[in-house]
Amino acid sequence: MVRLILVLTIFCLVAAAALAKVYDITKGPIAEQERIKTISGLKAVLPAFNNDIDKEATEVVVGQDRKGRDIKIKFYKGKLDESPVGTAFQVIARDGYSGDISILMGVGPDGKVSGIEIISHKETPGLGNKIQKEVWRNQFKGRSLDDGPKLAVKKDGGEIDQFSGATISPRSVVNAVKKGLEIYKKESGNGG
Amino acid sequence: MADREMMSSEIADVQTASTPSLLNLKEIAGDFVRGLWEEIPLFRLVLGMCPTLAVTTSATNGVGMGIATAFVLTSSNIMISILRKIIPDMIRIPAFIIVIASFVTITDLMMAAFTPELHHALGIFIPLIVVNCIVLARAEAFASKNTIIRSAADGLGMGIGFTLVLILLGSTREILGNGTWFDMPVLTGIMELFNYEYQPMIVMILPPGAFIGLGLFVALANKIEERRKGKK
Repeated sequence: MVRLILVLTIFCLVAAAALAKVYDITKGPIAEQERIKTISGLKAVLPAFNNDIDKEATEVVVGQDRKGRDIKIKFYKGKLDESPVGTAFQVIARDGYSGDISILMGVGPDGKVSGIEIISHKETPGLGNKIQKEVWRNQFKGRSLDDGPKLAVKKDGGEIDQFSGATISPRSVVNAVKKGLEIYKKESGNGG
Repeated sequence: MADREMMSSEIADVQTASTPSLLNLKEIAGDFVRGLWEEIPLFRLVLGMCPTLAVTTSATNGVGMGIATAFVLTSSNIMISILRKIIPDMIRIPAFIIVIASFVTITDLMMAAFTPELHHALGIFIPLIVVNCIVLARAEAFASKNTIIRSAADGLGMGIGFTLVLILLGSTREILGNGTWFDMPVLTGIMELFNYEYQPMIVMILPPGAFIGLGLFVALANKIEERRKGKK
């Protein structure tokens, strides 16, 4: 009996030690990969910038969820030679066809969208997942709240294409971008 | 004549007994090849179906999942074979699981660090290799009873067999369901030459396509095996 306990304990200890070592080795590269991913996303949605964008990010409380916890959004401010070129932040569309759609969007100082990037989604392959296509995403460039009802899918009387067989995914992305623009307006109005 | 035959068989007997089983190449090759057809995990043993159905939406995913599983299978087979005399019979299953889980976690961390794209695409199915029945089945049925080299050959053979089927299924689903193969435009490209736009069979990328594809492949494998046995 004692032998069984002893053997299993030693097994677990050795396994734990080995895993700790591997974790230690991979910790750096994993963090670096995540940073590269964030930066490349930011580069895609913002005009050229040359500041340490991920180190200068600020977190802003934009509201409260149903349980009264703060909803925070991280604002990445891009600057080219110290003059601001735009702000990027992540919005989440909760009304996608299946699950949340995370969208990274960039907004210029003039309040116009400079680009959007789909970070993660679970939409249907071949239908809803066309929201990832660059051609479709480019339709958002230059849009702002001034567009009013034109910032909507064509089925809802707007100018953004939907896909045959998939309207829900594009519509939820459009709504999320619209909401993002509203949040941005409110925050920049507060001097943020 | 008869005497000579007996003598030669006696000599053969002595020889097999005197050569250490560690270096019996024929046996090792047999262990390796067995995983490629005779006991190929997905067709003949029908083990490890869950990750197969879930991740084979593209050929690249098939390769990644296959290599990850083959690595875990081979390393856990070797480790368990080394430890087979230390592990008491009563706690062998938890001991196997610890070994397997450790290798899976190592694979998971390594993939996250060095192949982030693939790691993202395979998602939850990498940690789930722990509960892939092939890995535990080979540990219990083979590695815990055989030498290190034979266990390594068995793990490698089974792993490669598993990978081949994943690539086959992944390629079929990607070509039909998306028109591409390893992200190269195969069907879409051919159709474009004739000025047609390829309309992909989306069902092949969706979960039903996995069942349809795998079902057809298993049927084909059974047919081939039947033929082979008939000829013998």
